[in-house]
Amino acid sequence: MNQLKKILLIILFLGLFLVLDLLISPRMNPYYLQILIYCGINIILAVSLNLINGFTGQFSIGHAGFMAIGGYTSAAFTFYLGPKILETLFLPLWFSKPLVFVAGLLLGGTLAAFAGLLVGIPSLRLRGDYLAIVTLGFGEIIRVFILNIDAIGGARGFSDVPKYTSLFWVLGFTVLTIVVVRNLVYSTHGRAFLSVREDEVAAEAMGINTTWYKVTAFVIGAFFAGIAGGLLGHYLQYLHTNSFTFIKSFEVVMMVVLGGMGSITGSILAAVILTLLPEVLRPVKDYRMVFYSILLVILMITRPQGIFGVREFNWDWLKKIFSRKKAQAEGA
Amino acid sequence: MALLELKNVCINFGGLKAVDKFNLTLQKGELVGLIGPNGAGKTTVFNMITGVYPPTEGEIRFAEKRTNSLKPYKISAVGISRTFQNIRLFGELPVIDNVLVAFHQHTHAGLLASVWRSKKFWQEEQSLVKKATGLLAIFGLDTLKNEISKNLPYGQQRRLEIARALATEPKLLLLDEPAAGMNPQETAKLMLLIKDIQKKFDLTILLIEHDMQVVMGICERILVLDYGVTIAEGPPEKIKKDPKVIEAYLGEEIH
Repeated sequence: MNQLKKILLIILFLGLFLVLDLLISPRMNPYYLQILIYCGINIILAVSLNLINGFTGQFSIGHAGFMAIGGYTSAAFTFYLGPKILETLFLPLWFSKPLVFVAGLLLGGTLAAFAGLLVGIPSLRLRGDYLAIVTLGFGEIIRVFILNIDAIGGARGFSDVPKYTSLFWVLGFTVLTIVVVRNLVYSTHGRAFLSVREDEVAAEAMGINTTWYKVTAFVIGAFFAGIAGGLLGHYLQYLHTNSFTFIKSFEVVMMVVLGGMGSITGSILAAVILTLLPEVLRPVKDYRMVFYSILLVILMITRPQGIFGVREFNWDWLKKIFSRKKAQAEGA
Repeated sequence: MALLELKNVCINFGGLKAVDKFNLTLQKGELVGLIGPNGAGKTTVFNMITGVYPPTEGEIRFAEKRTNSLKPYKISAVGISRTFQNIRLFGELPVIDNVLVAFHQHTHAGLLASVWRSKKFWQEEQSLVKKATGLLAIFGLDTLKNEISKNLPYGQQRRLEIARALATEPKLLLLDEPAAGMNPQETAKLMLLIKDIQKKFDLTILLIEHDMQVVMGICERILVLDYGVTIAEGPPEKIKKDPKVIEAYLGEEIH
């Protein structure tokens, strides 16, 4: 595919998302719309964490921390600087508002990426459970740090964040995350990430700068987590540190493990399932989380390697499964 | 001009002197064997050459350059590659990917080019796959290139490790017990293959072996290591008769 075709394809998709947004958002039940947006945000989180945990094999449980940095940074940007920028820019609002929003998101992502760099550095010396503890601690440090900054709400939470996030943005960034991680993983750099997971000593001996790849995985993963945080903040118009505790980090880890460490499609599917599950289980009321946990336990027992394992979903599997069932039905 | 030179290299692990005042000079194009009983320090010598453990004392020079303090991936870039005693393949990856990883240091596509999938990226990717398939063919593994490497039989895993090591385009190849766990026929075949690739890729080879018989056939020169000290060095014929070597392998004679 040449450059022009690629750019046209991107514009085509953006147009499609915009049309979807304009058509669906006003008509859809706001509750369903919210779930849809949460699905998108969770897909971004799960896919980006999979790059760190699944593909590079560095077990991190600090994703909520990166998310918080991105969320608060972008919200602070659009809340404090946004109005001033809108005033000084002599551009129509429909154009300048998204500009401010994207600038805020990118700033949030960049700061989160910087935090990823800081966490990535201990990962050079630590592995396995030790690294997990460090990332967990780092996530909590970020949360408590934010809790004590009054300018961004402190313990009261950050309210009156402008409402910029819409279905369009969530769709756009979800697809962007998936495409970036997928293209990265299926390239010569992706094989370097994988080699670090498989055997660090051998990777190093084969000329892979394992240090660089570990840190890079953290930086890229954290960047997208930061974007996800920004999308969430500008959707709810309110941010509170309670949304970014280690429980949120565990949720994302669960999505990655459930989908399969090292499977992008697995992460996407698991993110959707784990977002829908608590909502679907609402009828059982008080026992909701009990059922949720039981279902997780059952899934992990039946498929400990995750839904897709290290592989990606492909259509041939479905065909195979269906043809087998058909054959069985005919045989019976 | 010596390709690899180790001068009075020592390494201590705590109070243990694993290798003591080790000297080795490899000329370009040589095939040298490093033998010795279990725990003699052979693999430690390899680990020092490849930068896994920096030596406590002494100097390592490769192609006239000091490589003591270089990290393993830099040493690989200089032109030293190795295999491992207990196979260390990238087990979950397909056979071809194992070789492609080793090509990585010679690739040019950046992170952004990979994400954007530029034309250059595709061209490079295609040429890499072609190169990798060609390399696998030499080892008779090209038909298995899409198999998950941990599923290969033992002998093929060992061959794949050598193929992977060659993909880094080395000048010096270090083979750590390449014939371990093979039967005599397989071993003989492997030794022929090693001779063959040495010629084909214009390599200098240093080979660790546990079993003396194996190296006698193909090495021009042999070093014998025991308790971290070189006890003998010379052509195979001389080594075979050396009383010190016999003692190290069979124990002292009872008088």
